[in-house]
Amino acid sequence: MNPLSLSGISKHFGGIVAIERFDLEVESGEVVALVGDNGAGKSTLVKIISGVHQPTDGEIRLAGERVAFRDASDARSNGVEVVYQDLALVDLQPVYMNLFLGRELRRKPFGLLDRAEMARQTQQLVDDLDVRIPTAKATLSDLSGGQRQAIAIARATHWASRLVLMDEPTAALGVAETAKVEELILKLKARGAAVLVVSHNMEQVFRIADRVTVLRRGRQVGTRRVAETSHNELVSMITGLSS
Amino acid sequence: MTIAPTKAPAEKGVHLVVRSWRNYVVYVGFVVVFLYFAATQGANFLSGTTLVNIVTQATPITIMAVGTVFVLSLGEIDLSIGSTVALAALTAAVTLQVAGAWWIAALAGLAVGAVVGLVNGVFVTLVRLPSFLVTLATMGLVAGLAQQITNLQSVPVTDEAFGWIFGGGTLLGVPILIWWSAVAAAIGWHVLRQRRFGAHVLAVGNNASAARVSGIKVTRVRIAVFMLSGMTAALAGLLYAGRLAGATYTLGTTDLMSVLAAVIVGGTALTGGRASMIGAVVGSLFMSMINYGLLLAGLTVAQQEIVRGVIILIAVSLSLRGKKGS
Repeated sequence: MNPLSLSGISKHFGGIVAIERFDLEVESGEVVALVGDNGAGKSTLVKIISGVHQPTDGEIRLAGERVAFRDASDARSNGVEVVYQDLALVDLQPVYMNLFLGRELRRKPFGLLDRAEMARQTQQLVDDLDVRIPTAKATLSDLSGGQRQAIAIARATHWASRLVLMDEPTAALGVAETAKVEELILKLKARGAAVLVVSHNMEQVFRIADRVTVLRRGRQVGTRRVAETSHNELVSMITGLSS
Repeated sequence: MTIAPTKAPAEKGVHLVVRSWRNYVVYVGFVVVFLYFAATQGANFLSGTTLVNIVTQATPITIMAVGTVFVLSLGEIDLSIGSTVALAALTAAVTLQVAGAWWIAALAGLAVGAVVGLVNGVFVTLVRLPSFLVTLATMGLVAGLAQQITNLQSVPVTDEAFGWIFGGGTLLGVPILIWWSAVAAAIGWHVLRQRRFGAHVLAVGNNASAARVSGIKVTRVRIAVFMLSGMTAALAGLLYAGRLAGATYTLGTTDLMSVLAAVIVGGTALTGGRASMIGAVVGSLFMSMINYGLLLAGLTVAQQEIVRGVIILIAVSLSLRGKKGS
């Protein structure tokens, strides 16, 4: 059973068709890129899978099981994690509090926050993923943009049991930081995660993705194995102009 | 915001020293003002009664400061606490005359605070108005109610138990007001630092949308904090009624400035996400010490207000300057 299976997903906002009959399977240990021009419906699709929007029509299956999420928390508790481009982190808090945001560990019998245990687990996770930060107790605002996005991805890795969605995870980052984050995405893949990543960056798609699916004005133009397509073919699929 | 990862360690060290120095303004200020009054007033100021008085006078401010730390941590403000003090005190005093039992009066007073907080919270979250405007409006509304319910008349509090618990009692040789301050501060610190609720308050104040996508019930947290703030103001009102053996609509009217100054000087950011409970408590003692020292120095009420205003301006500038960008 594939971690994610979408069939016939459509989304209408009033009379406007945002997504029209979208199909996709994402396997374990696979990175699928979702590309398209602005307004093609990429973010809408991510929002549908993460429970922010409900599809007008179609089926979402996680590991073969049909799901219908009421909201983002509902999707999260079903093992779907999202990495946003605008860092959904609290930068005045330590790294470990960010990793456990909304799911803080508590110590029996009085239910006090277990900061030591959260810091320990965080340290272990960042060490495993080779994220270089001074310490899990560092305040987030003292880290670089790349380190912060790495923390966001580490958080998704820690909690995702099935699927990680990434909406332009490197859009706000510099070249070196982007490289670190891409390395991390490949590490996720090596650990067997299913990753669906929205990207504007063609070179990046070729560097990290196994397959790529193209949206144009809400329609799915096609899906290709990265090894069997070319930059030119993708561009003409995105723009609708033959090259 | 961003600090390059390659930044030299020395530079970062300086940055940390500057930042932490600002967090300690209140402690330094406390010691400086203490030494100044000790030097100029001598034995008068250093007597045990004076020092106990400074803490007991500060009690209502300390308790409201605990609530206000949570409100500012959210990046919100509650201007209605001052008038809630009077309405809660009057409600408790009137209830005491009608019902007779101290605990029914206390509950009635606290319920007033909870309701004011609930109204504030609902308008801030569900109607989505800025807390500044909402609490400015409820400040006036509550002050009006406080004048209305007894027609500007003061209400005496003669109940012995009420007077002991909220005013003149001593427990293990320590005035009960000091116990109230200590317990409120300890609970406030515990909830802010050791409870999930405190972590969520700071997260919402820091980045509400991040908190929301992380599954934190943002609306619920905001309403709870406004109710907490209203209830600390109500408790302060009970303590005034107990200590002064009566309630009047003017109680607490000048407290808002003292509470905000105490909390801000104590290192809690107005912009949310950064808080210090211990700083706020020391800040409230600092404000109380200034009041007392100025009184001992023989200044007139008008002169006291002027000097207090200047000192607050200096202290707040020192603790806020340059913090906006960080």
